[in-house]
Amino acid sequence: MTTLTKNKITESFLEAAHLTKAENLVALQQKGIDFLKNEGLPAQKAEEYKFTHLSKKLEANISNFGAASKASLNAEQVKAELIADLDAHLLVFNNGQLDLELSSFSEDNYTLKSFADLSAEEAQKIGTIAKVEKDPFAALNTTSFEQGTYIHIAKGKVVEKPFQVLYFNQANGGQVISPRIYIDAEANTEATFIEKIISLDEAAYFLNSVTEVKVSDNSHLHYYKIQNESTSAIEVNNFVTDIHRDATFSAFTLSLQGDMIRNNLSLNLLDSGCEGNMYGLYLLDGNSHVDNHTNVDHTMPHADSNELYKGILGDKSRGVFNGKIFVRQDAQKTNAFQQNNNILLSDDAIINTKPQLEIWADDVKCSHGCTTGQLDDEALFYLQARGIGKEEARGLLLYAFAGEILDHIKIEAFKEYCISLVQERLGNL
Amino acid sequence: MSKDNQILEEFTSKEYEHGWSVDFEADEAPAGLNEEIIHWISAKKEEPKWLLEWRLKAFRTWQSMVEPEWANVHYPKVDFQSLIYYSAPKQKSKPKSLDEVDPELLQIYERLGISLNEQKKLQGIAVDAVLDSVSVGTTFKDTLSKLGIIFCSFSEAVKDHPELVKKYLGSVVPMTDNYYAALNSAVFSDGSFCYIPKGVRCPMELSTYFRINAANTGQFERTLIVAEDESYVSYLEGCTAPQRDENQLHAAVVEIYAAKDAEVKYSTVQNWFPGDKDGKGGIYNFVTKRGICAGDNSKISWTQVETGSAVTWKYPSCILKGDNSVGEFYSVAVTNNYQQADTGTKMIHIGKNTKSRIVSKGISAGKSQNSYRGQVQVMKRAQNARNFSQCDSLLMGDRCGAHTFPYIDIQNPSAKVEHEATTSKIGEDQIFYCNQRGIDTEDAVALIVNGYAKEVLNQLPMEFAVEAQKLLALTLEGSVG
Repeated sequence: MTTLTKNKITESFLEAAHLTKAENLVALQQKGIDFLKNEGLPAQKAEEYKFTHLSKKLEANISNFGAASKASLNAEQVKAELIADLDAHLLVFNNGQLDLELSSFSEDNYTLKSFADLSAEEAQKIGTIAKVEKDPFAALNTTSFEQGTYIHIAKGKVVEKPFQVLYFNQANGGQVISPRIYIDAEANTEATFIEKIISLDEAAYFLNSVTEVKVSDNSHLHYYKIQNESTSAIEVNNFVTDIHRDATFSAFTLSLQGDMIRNNLSLNLLDSGCEGNMYGLYLLDGNSHVDNHTNVDHTMPHADSNELYKGILGDKSRGVFNGKIFVRQDAQKTNAFQQNNNILLSDDAIINTKPQLEIWADDVKCSHGCTTGQLDDEALFYLQARGIGKEEARGLLLYAFAGEILDHIKIEAFKEYCISLVQERLGNL
Repeated sequence: MSKDNQILEEFTSKEYEHGWSVDFEADEAPAGLNEEIIHWISAKKEEPKWLLEWRLKAFRTWQSMVEPEWANVHYPKVDFQSLIYYSAPKQKSKPKSLDEVDPELLQIYERLGISLNEQKKLQGIAVDAVLDSVSVGTTFKDTLSKLGIIFCSFSEAVKDHPELVKKYLGSVVPMTDNYYAALNSAVFSDGSFCYIPKGVRCPMELSTYFRINAANTGQFERTLIVAEDESYVSYLEGCTAPQRDENQLHAAVVEIYAAKDAEVKYSTVQNWFPGDKDGKGGIYNFVTKRGICAGDNSKISWTQVETGSAVTWKYPSCILKGDNSVGEFYSVAVTNNYQQADTGTKMIHIGKNTKSRIVSKGISAGKSQNSYRGQVQVMKRAQNARNFSQCDSLLMGDRCGAHTFPYIDIQNPSAKVEHEATTSKIGEDQIFYCNQRGIDTEDAVALIVNGYAKEVLNQLPMEFAVEAQKLLALTLEGSVG
């Protein structure tokens, strides 16, 4: 556990915290408040937030700790952000709250409701995957989410079309935005989510989201995420999944811009035969700071995990990668692989990486690799020798480096979209 | 499987070879730690005033510090007030040569297999042996002094070469560096000092042997190695302790200073008492080791074979300040029973074209925990820095753990840094292959482990390599994975 000390900023957040309208969740919110009162947000030296000084960042940029109220958003703006040629269930979130008017979805094979409408039994599930005591920002979200969204996929159902989830964010009154999603995929189900985070203007906001996903036996879930926000956006994203027997879960994260982005992605492999995959790509310029903290917890035998994160850092950007693989004593026959590769393009870019293994079982195959370097001179020369200009050759090599991650996208329209984003960014790096 | 269990059982009940102690009269400081004790130690050693001041300053710093808890080790806290900070075997007068050293003392070292007399005659290794708190004898002093090499106990160095000690003491590991370094700076009792003048290649291996004999004592020795321009030295360190029920503390500091074109090779075979099979007793080994490649083209190489200690907390590091300097770290850490090791290295690249290489091989058996914790830092001005790290873990038995915590912090785009790590157990097919060829399982394990650790063992000087190989085979006897 990190050493946390109470700090001023925690007080400000707590003062602004307000209780949800959903009675079923009051106890949970109180738990979050109690945790924050005791532990506070991470101080400068906290190991888990060593290179990402969020408290300091928030102190400097956030003055109104209240929740941002609904921003003005019209159908045109939503349309402009849609991914071309993607037939999907559209969910639009306006400052963390689901906007039913702008969203368009048909509840075939799944149901969707607000936390306020949850049955007591359903409400019990909230907070059981992303536990308040695991991360102070998850606790903070718990104290301040107004309306969560609960997506339920009934047993044996396959949601054919992907979900397209658009988060529109803007400081409006308060600067804090706290979306909360719970995805409950029952046994033998399948679904895909594509999430995009959008800033409506350049003003600083603090997006502190929590997504809990339950992937039941023999279910298959894919979750894609694009973070391309304004240069003053501060984001903490706690994404926690429980993966059960013979189920698979894949996460894909593309980070392009933001003032300070912290992704806590945790995969709990809870039973045999399950598989967790994590792919991430961060292409940064300017002063962007992206911190990917991933955590894979192998608790049972015969489960696999794969992780591949790549980064290209230009200008004064900073990348942080911390990948933790935890193999518990019972998790024999585990296969866990982790890889992190980075390219630094400028003198002022910084990378801090910590690929971490904690192994308590003996019959396992675990490996991790990590490299930091620059483009291979010989490869560059090879291309130049064949009449390809230096700039173009460089672009090709960088694209090839990033392409390995993009290959893991299974939805063609979304892949095309990502390719265009990546190419645009690489052209400017 | 039952055979495996049986062998495991045998192995875990194996006793520590060096667990004896010899009773002889010792000169001890009263237990406890306060400024008076520091005055007492300093007076006992007839130290100059500046050193006493230095110690007191370190003590005050230490008081303001808190014990580090970030390491992946768990142990009952050390009660610093119940320890004895100075214990010296009583000698009637200071020996002028080895022949005058109390034969009882020499006997201890003979039982350890490092007969000072024999070494003197046969092997050509200069040994400085440290028992409890003081250095008991240094061999080959005359031969070395002809070349201008100073190799003596730390106390002698303070008396005879105060200017050198004053210049370099604390220059690599400042007293404020960490909790245990500060403690050591305050109470260090003796240690070795080595100075290689410009252009001299030390013709023999220099060696220190540490042994804790008395009960309830902490050992706090300090080693300082200074290699001037274009010099070379290879330095060996070995350690053992008697078997006692309570935990003993060993908090040493090793500082290495390498000037332009100098090369220092530092090898350790650490075999402190690891505690019994129930995890009772054993040494707490909290050591700070650091070298600075201050001059251009200098090189520091650490090689360690860690088989002992109940708890190890040790990170031999290199500060690569000079351009083109090279740092190396080769480590084999074996833990068994309830041993815990948190060890690794820090490579700090400051100069241009600096290179570092890390090879760490962890082997955990029984109920032990073995962690690699390392940092590779490339500073902004370190153009063309190069690092390669490899840390492998081998697990034997399903109650042990292997952990890796590598920190890689890069601030220069021209850096090339690679890190790779694997964790696995000895494959059944490997053992089967050996069995087929008439090698029994026991020998097969030794063979495979030796092969696994070979990359590191190859770095050891000949004399040590033999010892280390034997030690590995012994430690892992029967632990069939």
